[in-house]
Order: sequence, then C-alpha cells, then structure tokens
Amino acid sequence: MLHFSRLKMIAVLLTCLVSILFALPNLFTKEQLASWPRFLPTKQMPLGLDLQGGAHLLLAMDTEELRREWLQTLRDDARRTLRDAKIFPTGVGIVNNQVQVRLAKPEEADAAVRELRKLIQPLGSAVLGTSGEDLAITKGEGGTILLAPTPPGLQQRVVHAAGAAIETVNRRINALGTSESTVVRQGADRILVQYPGLTDTKVLKDLLGQTAKLSFHEVHPTMTAEEARQGRIPPGYRIYPGSERGDEQGAAYLLRETPVVPGENLVDAQPAFDQRTNEPIISFRFDQAGARRFARFTQDNVGRPFAIVLDDKVLSAPVIREPILGGSGQISGSFTVESANTLAVQLRSGALPVKLTIAEERTVGPSLGADSIAAGKMASIVGGLTTILLVTFAYGTFGIFAALALIVNGIMVVALMSAVGTTLTLPGIAGLVLTVGMAVDANVIIYERIREEIRAGKSAVSAIDSGFTRASTTILDSQLTTFAAAIIMFWLGSGPIRGFAVTLTIGIFTSIFTAITVTRLLAALWLRSERAKSGRIEVPI
Amino acid sequence: MMRLIPKFKGFDFFPHNTRIDFMRHWQACFWTSVATMVACVILLFTMGLNYGVDFKGGTMLEVQTKSGAPANIQSMRNQLSGLGVGDVQIQAFGASNDVLIRLEQQPGGEEEQQAAMKKVLGALGDDYVQRRVEVVGPAVSAELRRTGFIAVVCAILAIIAYVWFRFEWQFAVGTIIALVHDVLVVVGIFSLFQLEFDLGIVAALLTILGYSVNDTVVISDRIRENLRRYKRMELRELLNLSINETLSRTILTGFTTIVVLMSLFIFGGSVLRYFTLAMLMGVLIGTYSSIYIAAPILEIFGIKSETVTGSEKAAASARS
Repeated sequence: MLHFSRLKMIAVLLTCLVSILFALPNLFTKEQLASWPRFLPTKQMPLGLDLQGGAHLLLAMDTEELRREWLQTLRDDARRTLRDAKIFPTGVGIVNNQVQVRLAKPEEADAAVRELRKLIQPLGSAVLGTSGEDLAITKGEGGTILLAPTPPGLQQRVVHAAGAAIETVNRRINALGTSESTVVRQGADRILVQYPGLTDTKVLKDLLGQTAKLSFHEVHPTMTAEEARQGRIPPGYRIYPGSERGDEQGAAYLLRETPVVPGENLVDAQPAFDQRTNEPIISFRFDQAGARRFARFTQDNVGRPFAIVLDDKVLSAPVIREPILGGSGQISGSFTVESANTLAVQLRSGALPVKLTIAEERTVGPSLGADSIAAGKMASIVGGLTTILLVTFAYGTFGIFAALALIVNGIMVVALMSAVGTTLTLPGIAGLVLTVGMAVDANVIIYERIREEIRAGKSAVSAIDSGFTRASTTILDSQLTTFAAAIIMFWLGSGPIRGFAVTLTIGIFTSIFTAITVTRLLAALWLRSERAKSGRIEVPI
Repeated sequence: MMRLIPKFKGFDFFPHNTRIDFMRHWQACFWTSVATMVACVILLFTMGLNYGVDFKGGTMLEVQTKSGAPANIQSMRNQLSGLGVGDVQIQAFGASNDVLIRLEQQPGGEEEQQAAMKKVLGALGDDYVQRRVEVVGPAVSAELRRTGFIAVVCAILAIIAYVWFRFEWQFAVGTIIALVHDVLVVVGIFSLFQLEFDLGIVAALLTILGYSVNDTVVISDRIRENLRRYKRMELRELLNLSINETLSRTILTGFTTIVVLMSLFIFGGSVLRYFTLAMLMGVLIGTYSSIYIAAPILEIFGIKSETVTGSEKAAASARS
C-alpha cells in the first residue's frame, strides 16, 4: 500500500501541477489574463448571478391562451372548409374546449366529417415515425360534430410556441445591449432568462411583458361599437377596446376581425418624434406585400378611419387623409419616450406567440453580490486556516501532510470548476468550505487508525500501511452516501441548490483523491527519507 | 524535500482506551429521542413551518438606504401599510441601513405579485436601492415545496438502499431511524422557533443526511469489525467498545466541521445565516443519533457475530 512506483508519483504530482495551472486564472483580473501566453489556461470560474449581480426571470407561457387561440383558428377553419364543400352548418362554436359544428341537415354528417378530417395534422416527426393526430373528430347526436384537440396535439403546440418565444425573447434582450445573458427552455412551458449585471429589472420586464402583436384593421363604415353592442355584431366584425393610455381610454371600436395588414408584414420600427407636436411616436415600414396591401386599402378608403391595434387594444384610429403608398407610416398613441422605445424594440423583434408571465424573479444588485463575494472569501479563508491549524495541532507532521492535501483539494475543486465552466454561487462557496471541513474526516479516520495500531505495538511501517488500507473502505462508504445526497440535490434542485450540489459533488471526488492518494504519497515519501537515516522510525503523528 | 517539513508529534487530546458506558442509558436516550420525534411531528402539524418566499410564494425585497444612514423602519412601516398589498413585514437585516421587506402572496396569479412589488418600490421612492428582489408566484412555490419534499425523501431512500446493500439489514434499520430523527428534529426546531424555512434549508437537510450517515457508517464499520474479532463478547459491551474506539474521530471531525460552519455563520454574510444554522444543528444532532439511535437499534434486533461473519468475502477483505 505504501509503495509508489515512480510513474505513479509523477502522475500525482502532475495532477497537482495541472490543477494549480487551471486554478490560477481566478486570482487575476480579466485584463491581466488577456496578456497571458496562449498556451496557458485563462478560464475563470463563471460567477453566479447572486455573486456578480443580475436578474433571473422564470417566464411562464399562458398555455390556456394558446389553446384558446388554437380553438379560434380551428373554428374559422372548420367554417371555411365546410363552406368550400358546400355544407352549411347552422352554427359553429367553441364549447368546453372543443369546436362544435351543428349541421342543418344531419344526413350530411358523414360528408362533413370527411371534409373536416382534412384539418387534422399528424404529430411527431418523419424520422421518428408519426405518432397520432392533433385532433379528434367525433360525431355527436342530432347532426353535431365535435373537434377536440388531443393532449399530445396541444403539447406539440406548446413546444413550438416555446421555441418561437425563446427566439423572440432573445431578440428583445439583445436589443438591450451586449451582455452574457442566457435564455433557455425549462420544462415544457417555461423560459428561464438570466441577465447578469442588471440592477433595475423594470426595462427588462416591460420588454418581455407584452406580446406586442400589432395589426391594422378596417373600421366598420357605418355602425359604431355602441350600436353593435345593443344590436347584433355583424359577421366578421368584433368590438375592440381602446388602449389604457391617452385619448383611447374607455373608447371602443367595431373593427373587421381579419386585419388589413398583420404585424408579420412589419420590417422595421423606430422610435421618433412627431414633427408638429414633438410627441414621441413610432415610425414603421412594411415589407413589399404589406406595403402593397396597405396602399390598396388606403386608396379605397380615403376619408375613413382605420385602426392600429396592439394586443387586441386600439392604439389609435386615425382618418386616412391620403393614400399611403410608400409602405411606411407612423403610430402615435400617447407614448412617452421610454414606452415608444420599448414598443419599437418589441415590434422589431416580432410578436411573442403567447403572453409570458413572470413566475419567479430573483434579482441581486451588484452591491450585494460584491458583499457576498467578500463574505464568502472571508469565510473560506478563516474556515480553511482554522482547519489547517487544527489538523496540524492534532497530528503533527502527518497533520501537515493532511493540510497540504486539503490545500490541493481546494485548488483541484477550483481548477475543475474553471475548466468545466461550472458556475460558482454563494451556496456553492458554502459547499466548497464545507467540503474542505468534511474532507478532513478521511484523514482523521486514517490517522486515528494509525495511532491505534501503534498503540497495539505495531511497527511504524505496518501501522501506517494498515491505517491507510483499513480506512479506505470506510472513507469510500461515507463519501458515496454524501454523493447520493448531492446527486438528488442536483436532480431536483433549482438554481441555488444546484450550485451547492455541484461543488459538493466535485469536492467529494477530489477529496477522495487527495485524502487517500496525496497524503499516502507524502507519507510514503516521508517513510523513504526516514529509512535512509538509520535508527528506529517513530511516527510523528 | 521531506526535511523542509518539521518533525513533531501531534497533540493527542483524547484519552484513549476510554470505557464510557454509552449503552448504560440507551433505553432512556432512545425513548427520549422517539418522544422528541413524536413531538416534532406534532409541532409540524400544529405550528407548521414558517415558509420563506420560495415555498410560500410572495415577494421579498432587500433594500438599503442610499445615504448609508440607518433605515427608519417605523416610518417605512407607515409608508407601506396603506398600500393595500396585505400584510407587509419589515425587519432590519445585517447592517443598520439594510432592511428586509416581505409581502405575502397576493391573491390572483403571477401578475398580481409583480404589481404589488411595483407599488412598494414606488412608495419607497429614491431614498433606497434594491439589493435583492425575490418574487415567487403561486405555481412555482407549490412546485418548489413538492420537489423539496421529494428530494429529502429520495435522499433518505437512496442512503438506506446503500446502507442495506453494504451492511446487514439491522444496520439499515438503525440508519433509517437515525436519519428520520435528524431531519425531524431540525425541522422541528425550525417549527418551534418559527425560523424561516426555504430552499437553502432543504439543501442543508440533504447535507445533514450525508453527514449523519457518514457518522453512522464509521461506527457501523467498527461494530462489524469487532463482531468478527471478539466473537464471545457481549453485544452491549461490544457496542460500547466500538463507539469508544471511534470516539476521538467522531469528536475531531465534528469539531472541525463545526469550526468551519462557525466561520461561515460569522463571516459568510446574512444570506447564508439560516443555512449554516441548520447545518450546525444537524451536525450536533447527527452525531448524537449515530451514537444513541443507530447503535442501540442493534441491541434491540440483537445482531450476532454469525450474521456478520456469514459473508466470508467481506471478512477476508477486511483481514487483508
């Protein structure tokens, strides 16, 4: 057990040296590292948001809204499909999260079902083979047909919407400026945004808090919203409320539901100022198709109002004074400079597929982050030094070996975290300090055993040897159980717990290595140099 | 190279060959522990836990006066009480210009939480800077509660499976009861004093489990070894011997861990305070349970040397 081949010795030493090399960059600033030669590692441990300050936002998609929207398109599609097939239902509506079609002639039911089946889309990918359909169509009593979205169908919509939402969120965040922000999917319907270095999250939240679906609508030529509300809403039209700010507050408009130009045709939006009133506005530009449609519409409707609708609320309803042919225009809507800016960014980056709400927010200001780093450093230094003093005091020369192993342990954890790029959090620092404290346990077990063997009258060599041998299973056992706990923390834990679990896990592996191998090597080297001298060997423990 | 390291003996501060009769009062201790566990369960059901923002939902704000002058909590309270956001808790935190504001979970969904926070920040005005904001909506808090609970249960199960695999079932039973004891008592203390219970405490509980089982494993290993070595020794005496033999290790490791935790508690900043507090309690309780719960169970179930030596392979590897 105490024999070390030259090769093994070199391997252990090399491991220690490489660790030092990888841990070293953490002692320097980024600027200093930039001037280092290329062959040296310069990666530092990334700091968690709780240490460098920043915002952590967990956004939840409104899956109910997604379902509602799907049902609405489905209803419209069903109506159109049947009309194309010359089947005329008495009513098509949404009942209990299903689209219900009521046929005038029940004998047409089979034909209607055949037509409606065209709306079904297969699920799954071509590679993996299709696995089911997104709609279930059933015949009910008395000439009714039910179109029900299947759970996997809805699931797929959620997945697609999440993908689209992540792209939009990314674009919006990038507009805030360069930053090492991350946007990742979490679970099926959540998006995690991490934005380091942000003190005031208001801008970020405003930017993400709105779907920003913009569209241009035709206003009903004769009927007002008030009249429609009392009488009957003409088919194809809908009542839209005015936006909450400015003049439109409390107003309502009767607009054609299908927009003249949808928001997808917008290619650019910039904040600007109205040249006459000096009021903040947004100037926009359509793509070719949008420009053509808008030109035709404005030519035909000079003198009549049209409505600019944002997220189902009317921003403004200006009267068309002359045809707008260039494909660009401006939106006024009682903006402030700030809100015009935000909306311009939102319009440029496209609408979100669904509204996002903030399910969880954790923000740490830079001052607290800096305080936490200082506190963590202090606690690590004090904890580490006392531990070193304690083992040295308790075990003499062998205690120094253990202390050296502890230092190597600390360096190795830092080196691994830097090399792999594991984020260091405040709980992570606690995990690190704790690992160092608990890593001593391995050495304590070994050394107590050596003392016992010496007391039992064994020679120095055999006492040291059996100390290491006998203790190693115990050490392995105890570390493995802590490892089990750490794995579970990592598996189930979120943010801060994960940081703790990661350092704990890394610490477990490095401490097995250092406590068993490094101290054993030191003990073996010591024994060799003692043997060179003559006389009885006495273990300094 | 070795000449650079001074040669000196360590200070062996534990009397060896101690024969403290740990088992003498085992029945009293064991049943007291069982009673404590029952009491903790009752506490949990009557007083419950003072959940932090993570588990209860709601908002927590840490703010600091810009000027560095001590915060006037009374005037803050007056400012915030009339906002209509329900109960607002305000307390000093860390430095004198640091204040922690807590809002209960607002009725409604995610958006209402954000709106309430905005109101509070608006009312505070420009005199304060935000140091930390935590807003947890109802969906997430319910989820965190569930996963936190599952994590603790899973960790216990995983550890039990391991101990069962490595040792005889009697040891596994002892370990289960010791682990459940540790978790229950720490949680019970948090309930009794209504200390804030959040995600960090769950992490602490999991680490305590790891630490406590570590202790149990070390003692169990020794019990097993002694069962093989002293086949005719009376079980009670053997348990005593094993605990005594490992006592210096138990105390020294416990001591260094506590020292490290103390340094975290004192210097580690206010954010980590409850976490380290839970860990400190856990280390003490875990050490106690390894000696007074895990070992006496063996007395109850009467483990014999034949049970252990039955596995010849294990015995052989231990002898080598």
